[in-house]
Amino acid sequence: MRFIIKAGRLILNNTSGDSLPITKIPTIPQPPLNPDFAYNPNIQQLLTGKQLLFDDIPFTLDEIQTHYQNGYVTYRKGIVYKGKQHICVRCGNKDPQRFASFPCSRCGETCLYCRQCLMMGRISACTPLLGWNGPVPDTVYPTKVLEWQGTLSEGQSVASNHVVEAIQRNQEHLVWAVCGAGKTEVLFAGIEAALTTQKRICIATPRTDVVLELTPRLQAAFPNITVASLYGGSEDRHLYAPLTIATTHQLLRFYQAFDTIILDEVDAFPYTVEESLQHAAIHARKPTAAMIYLTATPNEKWQRECRSGKRAYTTIPARFHRHPLPVPEFVWCGNWQKRLQKNKLPQNVIQWIHNRIKSNKQALIFFPHIPLMEKALPILRQFDPTIQSVHAEDPERKNKVQKMRTKEIPLLLTTTILERGVTFPNIDVAVVGAEDPIFTESALVQIAGRAGRSKDHPDGVVTFFHYGKTDEMIKARRQIVSMNSEGIKRGLLDK
Amino acid sequence: MNPFQQDHCLICNNIIQPTIGWRAIFSIEKEQLICSACEENLKKIEGETCRICCRSFYQLDEKFRKGEWCNDCFRWEEDSEWKGLLEKNHSLFLYNEFLKEVITKYKFRGDYVLAKVFAVAIKEALTKMSPDLLVPIPLSEERLYERGFNQAVALLMESGFSPAEILTRIHSEKQSKKTRSERIHLPQVFKVAADSNLQGKKVVLIDDIYTTGSTLRHAAKLLKAAGAASIQSLTIAR
Repeated sequence: MRFIIKAGRLILNNTSGDSLPITKIPTIPQPPLNPDFAYNPNIQQLLTGKQLLFDDIPFTLDEIQTHYQNGYVTYRKGIVYKGKQHICVRCGNKDPQRFASFPCSRCGETCLYCRQCLMMGRISACTPLLGWNGPVPDTVYPTKVLEWQGTLSEGQSVASNHVVEAIQRNQEHLVWAVCGAGKTEVLFAGIEAALTTQKRICIATPRTDVVLELTPRLQAAFPNITVASLYGGSEDRHLYAPLTIATTHQLLRFYQAFDTIILDEVDAFPYTVEESLQHAAIHARKPTAAMIYLTATPNEKWQRECRSGKRAYTTIPARFHRHPLPVPEFVWCGNWQKRLQKNKLPQNVIQWIHNRIKSNKQALIFFPHIPLMEKALPILRQFDPTIQSVHAEDPERKNKVQKMRTKEIPLLLTTTILERGVTFPNIDVAVVGAEDPIFTESALVQIAGRAGRSKDHPDGVVTFFHYGKTDEMIKARRQIVSMNSEGIKRGLLDK
Repeated sequence: MNPFQQDHCLICNNIIQPTIGWRAIFSIEKEQLICSACEENLKKIEGETCRICCRSFYQLDEKFRKGEWCNDCFRWEEDSEWKGLLEKNHSLFLYNEFLKEVITKYKFRGDYVLAKVFAVAIKEALTKMSPDLLVPIPLSEERLYERGFNQAVALLMESGFSPAEILTRIHSEKQSKKTRSERIHLPQVFKVAADSNLQGKKVVLIDDIYTTGSTLRHAAKLLKAAGAASIQSLTIAR
């Protein structure tokens, strides 16, 4: 795709000798808004707060171009060249290894494209990002927004007030809430505050499962508000809504859209991915906007910033049921990998598992790697043939988790895939090989957080079997212990 | 540039662990494009295959083959209209779930650089076949605009060959949306450029996947009628 500049406007023109792909045009003129132009409200709905490709939308080039010439649609470069490096404007990729080029039939040149966000539609040097410059769609807000009837725990209500404040003042705020604190309810008052002042708000979370779980809960709490639920392949893709719940990846399609973004589980990704998602969040928010971060396990940098007063935050150190978090015990189990190679497990691990099966207590057993877990499975099936194992690529994953819920499986072996998000009411938890580098502080805190979740069974045993204690294990235990003592100090625990 | 930068696998983006050993030190270093895990997932077509379409007979039930032919090719060859048009198809890798994903990303998501993954194997195969003309299966104009490049042309160019783009497509509907019978009974979808000299030429058609063989046979029919001596084909996947 090539453009020429004529009378202060970009004109699509693939044949003229002085035409250029959009990346090579120094500055892209934006025609003034023509108030007499009758714009297409469908385009307005679709492009407000977005950055989309021509391939994403069901409108013709001509119609979009007409809207641009009348000032309603904006063209931005998909890839920019800045400080001697190429940057993908949509995903922020700067790594030269994550770009490639091809002889492009659209612009007729060797065209650079971004491989980082390719799955959301290819952005190349001749690809414009489309946005909206006209008035925003009218939204009717009901007089009473929140219909939720529940009550908050003491810890939740402190955090809830801080969230409301941050949203009203367009500030950043971190809610550091232990696993099982009840994070979602903490957001209700904040969302209400945003919606009653006609702000557009987005909750972004890493996983589709969570989007699917949150949508009905929020729709029930805000029954008269349109909720858009966005994930790969979702039907609401083009829905303009005051309240959006999206996977973090979907934020890449937004540009200066939200007055408030709530980012759930900021720590769930490895650093490089996190960087690109931070980029997405920064671009999806309006220049003045509130950012609320939610996590049970902020990384070390964030923890430091909290302690040194550089980051505004609120902790919810206790669970809603007012019982302390189970503190992991460390048990040395020798060279368990070597034993596994001989089709054996350490005696204390066997004993631990044997006890659960005898006393009919369900348990999750975490392993660092799939092959080792698969080796342990037949050994443990000697105790009970219905024991199962699960990992990320397991096609039966959902089914097995469901069977664990209905107690058809006594014991589930798992990789870190079940470290967060999944809740079983009454289980014990063990990690075999807790010294493996895959078990970071945050992974271990999350894993320990699987135990003692329900009001009726607030206790649970958490055991880290290890072949040499690691710093991460110690930091994880320290974090849990310190949350418990803060809970006692603030009177949030019954014991 | 960072001289210590590690190479990442073109397919899965994991770091490629360099092979260390005397062979790696003393032999001319071959550029590693993909990691060993992805390499393992690409299964070369080896062993007994259909003598025409290259379908692997390994683990294929007897009822799907007739001697040296697979049932499909047997049916094609029975039909006097199609008999002998496609002399032989060569396919490089088994079209398994893994390759399906790679080709989807390459073709439909438009990840052009993945063409390089197949370059060595294509070069090797084409050198053996010693053709006079390499003819890529064309895309319709709309499809070409949509994808930004022709996947068959890209395979040739990235392997260091020049394509003879003498075919154009008249019909534009997607092949993958049609059944076998619909594909076979389609009117001719291609056109040969008027100025192409095919007399006595040994032609090799290039495409990404061999599915039913109808695309390649339609193209072969046309080229044969225009004077080509023989038509073979090469695809990445079968």
